[in-house]
Amino acid sequence: MQAFDYLRPTSPDAAIAALGAEGKFIGGGTNLVDLMKSGVETPHRLVDVNHLGLDKIESTDAGGLRIGAAVRNSDVANDRQVRESHPLLSQALLDGASPQLRNLATVGGNLMQRTRCDYFVDPAFAHCNKRNPGSGCGARDGFNRYHAILGASPACVAVHSSDQNVALLALDASVIVRGKDGERRIALNEFHRLPGDHPEVDTVLKPGELIVAVELPPSRAARHSRYVKVRERASYAFALVSAAVALDVQDGRLQGGRIALGSVAHKPWLAEKANALLSGHDLGDLDFAAIAKASVDGAQALRENGYKIALAQRAVERALRAAAGAA
Amino acid sequence: MQGDAPGLNRRSFLGSLAAAGAGLSLRAHAQSEPADGTPPSAGSAAREHTAHVTLRVNGAPHELLLDTRITLLDALREHLNLTGTKKGCDRGQCGACTVIADGRRINACLALAVQYEGVDITTVEGLGKEGALGPVQAAFVARDGLQCGYCTPGQICSGTAMIEEYRKGALSSVSWEHGGVPQLSVAEIRERMSGNLCRCGAYTNIVAALRDAAGEA
Repeated sequence: MQAFDYLRPTSPDAAIAALGAEGKFIGGGTNLVDLMKSGVETPHRLVDVNHLGLDKIESTDAGGLRIGAAVRNSDVANDRQVRESHPLLSQALLDGASPQLRNLATVGGNLMQRTRCDYFVDPAFAHCNKRNPGSGCGARDGFNRYHAILGASPACVAVHSSDQNVALLALDASVIVRGKDGERRIALNEFHRLPGDHPEVDTVLKPGELIVAVELPPSRAARHSRYVKVRERASYAFALVSAAVALDVQDGRLQGGRIALGSVAHKPWLAEKANALLSGHDLGDLDFAAIAKASVDGAQALRENGYKIALAQRAVERALRAAAGAA
Repeated sequence: MQGDAPGLNRRSFLGSLAAAGAGLSLRAHAQSEPADGTPPSAGSAAREHTAHVTLRVNGAPHELLLDTRITLLDALREHLNLTGTKKGCDRGQCGACTVIADGRRINACLALAVQYEGVDITTVEGLGKEGALGPVQAAFVARDGLQCGYCTPGQICSGTAMIEEYRKGALSSVSWEHGGVPQLSVAEIRERMSGNLCRCGAYTNIVAALRDAAGEA
């Protein structure tokens, strides 16, 4: 492992000032330390973000929630307010990783997690544009059973495997980031990038910016939301596909909603064409299959992952039925 | 990292450095406000990338000078000779290294020791002694909740914390399936213990031991 300095500042601004050109922020370390052990990540400095006062969950003036970036995944999942107002987020978090990892992993670290593409995480593979720009993509014509069906590029077919961030996208969350020039707010759908020609860049964070919080707007979907994760064993595995559905239902009538998909693209995927079908229907008249079909609009299979196009639709349909109370 | 040096040699070597007064400026708590972004002062090569860390393990404080790369797992095993905590995958996948940090079970293999200054660490050695086993340890013996025993310390630490989580009302993904009300059913125990793998497949007896220990049998 690359040797590094360790710094433990006590304010966000001190952390931002301390980072330096080859530093990384560390929260729980569940992804970063793993990648440092294999030499994929080689920071020369780690700046600990666990003592910056970013460990609280608070109500916002708008009636939503502000979740500090250093709050542990297990604490978000079990927070009374989150369970009541945004249970979709609790569900998604509890479907992720293991209890031990959820006790370490932070909200901000979850947002920043790297892909689990084998060609990325194992430096024994020579070809990975994300790890080594310009080296090619081993997965595009290699083993690509777990790879992207949406938004991929010739340079990269990796997927973003988070559960948390799929729920956050369906809940229309924003990421609050702080840099040397102050704070800015980034809609979750704008936070992660598609790979394009630069798959080495996962997010729109600028160098030195620190995630300080995630904000959830008030949601009317509390009783009409569901996260469905499909994986190869009953627990403790990354999703093959996942679907988060949040429906805005008033007096039995659907006023809107959001469907997001996980593990199908380089970022949590907002199913925009399907979401356009979610307004102005009575709940009983929803055409679940048509909405599910629209949710994978534009999907393209690689050699081994065609099953994901069908599986994603079924996950969406199951989540929709549960959210609509029609399961 | 494990192969850096045998624990005793390394410890006595680093101890002599500390005794000579070297590295004092590298104490983790002395670095709490690097407002100007200056890295900790680096002197001789031996002092670079090290930090003084006081680990409080099973109630006793231990002052160590550690390479910042040392995981909590290696600090416990190689520096404190607490070899009850096991190294399985060393990648956060198997749970053999599970310890309890401020009441929360974590994978010690993915935790950097330098981040655990001031945190109360409990290892399997802190959960009971010969002749005075803790309740989860006793239940594992009574139910034969093991075969080779390698995953057992992690199972016991994880199970101990799992029962506490349950008593505090923490959810698992299975509890959502019965209305968000946790119950320590077999299905919930299996889900809540999913971070601890047992290659011998002693799961049935592990679950039975944990139900006994939780008083749910």
